[in-house]
Amino acid sequence: MASAATSRLEGLRDRGAALGGVVQPVSLLLVAAAAGLIVGSLRSAIFAQLTVQGLALGAVYGSLALALVLVYRATHVVNFAQGELAMATTYVAYQLIKWGLSYWEAFFATLAIAFVVGAVLEVVLIRPVLHRSVIAAVIVTVGLFILIDGLVNWVWGGDFKFMPSPFGTKIYHVGGVSIARLYPGMFVVVIVSVLLVWALFRFTKLGLGMRAAALRPAESALVGVRVEWMLAIGWGLAAVLGAVAGLVAEPSQFVLQPTLMQPILVYAFAAAVLGGLESPAGAVVGGLAIGISLNLVVQYVPAITTELQTPLAFAVLLVVLLLKPSGLFGHREVRRV
Amino acid sequence: MKARIPALASLAAVAALLCVLPFTLSDYNVSLVAQVGIFFVAVLGLNILTGYTGQISIGHGAFMAIGGYTTAVMSRDHNTNLVVTMVMAFAICFVVGLLLGLPALRLSGAYLALATFALAVSVPLLPLQWSKFLGGRDGVQTAKTVSNVWLYGAAWAVSAILFVLAWLILRGRVGRAFRAVRDSEIAAVASGIELPVYKTLAFGISAAYAGVAGSLFVLATNGFAAPDEFGIVLSLKILIGAAAAGLGTLWGVLVGAAFIALLPTVSSSVPVIGSSHGQDVVFGAAVILVMLLLPGGFAGLLTQLRRLKRA
Repeated sequence: MASAATSRLEGLRDRGAALGGVVQPVSLLLVAAAAGLIVGSLRSAIFAQLTVQGLALGAVYGSLALALVLVYRATHVVNFAQGELAMATTYVAYQLIKWGLSYWEAFFATLAIAFVVGAVLEVVLIRPVLHRSVIAAVIVTVGLFILIDGLVNWVWGGDFKFMPSPFGTKIYHVGGVSIARLYPGMFVVVIVSVLLVWALFRFTKLGLGMRAAALRPAESALVGVRVEWMLAIGWGLAAVLGAVAGLVAEPSQFVLQPTLMQPILVYAFAAAVLGGLESPAGAVVGGLAIGISLNLVVQYVPAITTELQTPLAFAVLLVVLLLKPSGLFGHREVRRV
Repeated sequence: MKARIPALASLAAVAALLCVLPFTLSDYNVSLVAQVGIFFVAVLGLNILTGYTGQISIGHGAFMAIGGYTTAVMSRDHNTNLVVTMVMAFAICFVVGLLLGLPALRLSGAYLALATFALAVSVPLLPLQWSKFLGGRDGVQTAKTVSNVWLYGAAWAVSAILFVLAWLILRGRVGRAFRAVRDSEIAAVASGIELPVYKTLAFGISAAYAGVAGSLFVLATNGFAAPDEFGIVLSLKILIGAAAAGLGTLWGVLVGAAFIALLPTVSSSVPVIGSSHGQDVVFGAAVILVMLLLPGGFAGLLTQLRRLKRA
């Protein structure tokens, strides 16, 4: 019995690896897209700048999308409040810096606070409605959206706030292309945190338990996984990723205001769906794809103005949902009677 | 029949109260109660879709926008009678709803929530693109504006008509099919219900209701339709109203509509937090509390109370 349970957990480990491995046609597509971007960047300086900028913004979308995916995998809830939560934690960092912490001290303190807040929200608000229906859970996150938005406006006010930029204002010049240090900085911070979360899931016992709890809650409980703890930790980690997204999105918009994450949430939804809502790798790749393509499309397609950027992201979301609901990286859901 | 008597009596009481109210209230309060009537129509429409057919929509603000712009544009360009524009809004949104119901057939649960959310965010941005026809950021102004009493009468007359219509639709064959689809799609198909027909029909009816609500909504803002009025928060409000009312029953709709129409106004008069943002705090907290404490919404609360009385 025990060995059967172990082998099942081993099976989960294999399945996790299989999810990491990309399906063939999709990987070809991605290689082709990457090649196209590199060629374009070599031929045109503006193209290169837009690509780098898109990559950095895409990393932010990908990070928030990954947060959505973690929550969705753990509790099958789409967290509409994820963006507002990220925005609120950015305000916490702003406050900590104002109280005299250095930027990076505030950064890590904020991540810790975000983790606790995320986990507590799951326990207090989501768990009671989880068994009821998707609609109930969605509405609770919608209520949370309004509540957090109101709280931040109430405590800090709606006017612009300014935070010191952690990346400075230095500009690199690489063969005719000027790139603000901000963008590579954003990209590195996000990718490092995503890799850390991935490593946690892939190589630690805690991560194994979390994957098990998400996929087979009842069986995991039987083999001694504390499923409820795992779900709360999942929400906490999602809040941390969201906080990272908020903290690096702020310098890219140069001001802090309560609507900081609302457009980003829209792009993150599109990214998560593009990647297949259940696939962490898909969310990150989807975020990068959306970030780069939106940036390039607005520049090169005259019919698409910045006003149409958001509808365009949603058009992507709708088309993906209709043509391939499992996204680029997901697998088909089997429904049983 | 006997069981219906208290229900009919309470309906008559509400109707009588609504007839008397405009003569006793101040002009401002009349506009508030008219606001409740407008949300009543929208929540009723969403309840047909989400409560009876089990399909979530976070996009009903988009249908309200379509209905509202129909009224504003027709009145501006052709000086059409405002009541006629409401009928047109109903028809146009019915068709749009049917068309959007088709792709929605492939989606359910969280995916449908995301797709309709996409709709709610995208549609209000379209006037910015076709700014000549739809007024851009400045919006569209109707040729005529209406008084609060006119609006009150129109909103509640429409509410009454559409409530009866909903009751007629839901009590019969169509309503049974809707509920069967909600409870189990597979069982519904197995009993010979044509899933695509009823799912798209529910979308169409629901959108048509939202369209009329949108018409009234534009008239309530001095006949002015602008993209900002139809933001995502409007869609969220309607969904919250439907959930607070209690999904899958018509009796809570009035309370649900009053909840979303009046709570922001009421809470801004609460001391200490009575700032413009304090009202969002109260509203958000109230939504969460209602969802946690009243699983069946206000209608569920009513049923529970009745059960307690009987026990």
